[in-house]
Amino acid sequence: MGVMDERHTGGIPIEEYEAVQQSPEFQELRTRYRRFSFPMTVAFLVWYALFVGLSVFATDFMATPVAGAINVGIVIGLGQFATTALITWLYIRHANRKLDPIAEQIHYEMERRA
Amino acid sequence: MNTLLQDVAPTTVGSPALNMAIFGLFVAVTVVIVIRASRFTKTAADYYAGGRSFTGRQNGIAIAGDYLSAASFLGITGAIALIGYDGFLYSIGFLVAWLVALLLVAELLRNTGKFTMADVLSFRMRQRPVRTAAAISTLSVSFFYLLAQMAGAGGLVALLMNVNSDLGQNITIAVVGIIMIVYVLVGGMKGTTWVQIIKAGLLITGAGLMTFWVLSKYGFSLSNVMLGAVSASPSGEAILSPGLRYGESTLTKIDFISLALALVLGTAGLPHVLMRFYTVPSSKEARRSVVWAISLIGLFYLFSLVLGFGAAALVGPENILAAPGGVNSAAPLLAFELGGALLLGFISAVAFATILAVVAGLTITASASFAHDIYNNVIKRGKVEADAEVKIARRTALTIGAVSIVGGILAKDQNIAFLVALAFAVAASANLPTILYTLFWPRFNTRGSVWSIYGGLISSVTLIAFSPVVSGKPINPETGRSASMLQGVDFSWFPLDNPGLVSIPLGFFFGWLGTMTSREIDRAKWAELEVRSLTGAGAEKAVVH
Repeated sequence: MGVMDERHTGGIPIEEYEAVQQSPEFQELRTRYRRFSFPMTVAFLVWYALFVGLSVFATDFMATPVAGAINVGIVIGLGQFATTALITWLYIRHANRKLDPIAEQIHYEMERRA
Repeated sequence: MNTLLQDVAPTTVGSPALNMAIFGLFVAVTVVIVIRASRFTKTAADYYAGGRSFTGRQNGIAIAGDYLSAASFLGITGAIALIGYDGFLYSIGFLVAWLVALLLVAELLRNTGKFTMADVLSFRMRQRPVRTAAAISTLSVSFFYLLAQMAGAGGLVALLMNVNSDLGQNITIAVVGIIMIVYVLVGGMKGTTWVQIIKAGLLITGAGLMTFWVLSKYGFSLSNVMLGAVSASPSGEAILSPGLRYGESTLTKIDFISLALALVLGTAGLPHVLMRFYTVPSSKEARRSVVWAISLIGLFYLFSLVLGFGAAALVGPENILAAPGGVNSAAPLLAFELGGALLLGFISAVAFATILAVVAGLTITASASFAHDIYNNVIKRGKVEADAEVKIARRTALTIGAVSIVGGILAKDQNIAFLVALAFAVAASANLPTILYTLFWPRFNTRGSVWSIYGGLISSVTLIAFSPVVSGKPINPETGRSASMLQGVDFSWFPLDNPGLVSIPLGFFFGWLGTMTSREIDRAKWAELEVRSLTGAGAEKAVVH
């Protein structure tokens, strides 16, 4: 193993990255990634903030019984588990279908040219 | 309630010899596995990143093993047993936080970096200032977390091994530290990962078995378990609703919001979690890792909900508080109530394994950051051979191990539970803003990086230093002691126990301000980072043996 160079680019010339960054394929990949991840992050943060906010400021509402000992607070809390699982599943599906094919194509083309 | 338990609870339950024997078995098995793993630890990528050859599933299980510390396992079960809903509320932040890692960080970081968090943060910046800052933040977070774990080991020894003498506890802390050093020095990241995988398997199996057992006593109805807790708890119905801990005053409410913010934004900025993403061969496997981690961690916190209310119902809050270890004894006492000495022994061993696995992960992270970032790239300007760098990393691990043994012994009687919350606050205030800016803001530059890291780090540590957790909490008339770390002094002026609400916005603000006041921008490196992070072109590949 030789000297470790932190600016090593994996055999791909650095100018190549700027060209790829400007390419329509890459722009499309970035758009697809951001259009899913950014709004979804905002959504789950707002939903979690709502849960925390209600838990500390609307304790009476959260204590409203639903069934047996289960109250609204527990239901919304378990709802956080459910939405976490749902968002994870949605992201996997999005990444497998919309991100991976185009990312792999760009990656493959870049290594082929290098 | 079980009369036997009431007689025995104030001292120690179960058989310390059995607890120790089961733990000894865990150590023996893991040491053998670590030694086998060491045969394939040759290069720097092997030592720091397990050769990048773990599968997403293996890494996801290891992440769960790394993340579910003794504070999660014992602390959250105990918190739910004593304060019910508020304990549950606390646990959820630790889970949803993983969505930040999944959606924004894990894959892009895997594609961009090599061994450490600083690799990513310094990728398109001037190396030395950014690496120095990122390494200082990494070392701070790891050290706070490590000290909390090691100090917790002392209390756990008293509870589970019936070692009550000062000397005995010190020796046990030292033994824990030495085993951890062996794992890290011999097995590197590969060995550490296997320890974490085994521990996660035991922890989730044990918690799952206990959950099933508790539910079976209550007709498989969560509601019935909770009703059982209500009748056993002195707080009665109040444990089902929010408010027992965080509802005291407006200040405690705001304090919890501050904590929740640090938890949800801190997880994806914990260096020891981030470093785990380098142990897989591709970003796709990094994604699978997070999915496995989310599934296991989510499952575990669902178990905790049942176990916490189950411990309240079956053991009773008074017995939990009376036991050595107090709140932390809920899960072990519940194990004893359900399965006697044997299950208690198993759960005790899991608790110790937890400490070992977590401290090993922290030590390898800190040693990598010192050797790779500070020694090689800052001091020697990247001119050190990989083998020499790993040698330094091993020496650093040895030093960190020694420091953590001494620190754990000195800190064991201190009230330093706040250190875990501080680690999350620093990760959320210093690391996460810098990671997000680096990955998504083209204009971001060296000054912005340095300012956001130091801004977030210094503000969170300063605010904690002048907060009530360090000094100035009222004296409890029963114990004659203040709940603060320091007794008899009061220099606090920051009202909250958790700094996140102020320090996280400050971290983001300083990153923005630093960026806007500097004209530097490296468009070529930004292009490289963005293309590499999203496509994996040029990313580090797995080691082939």
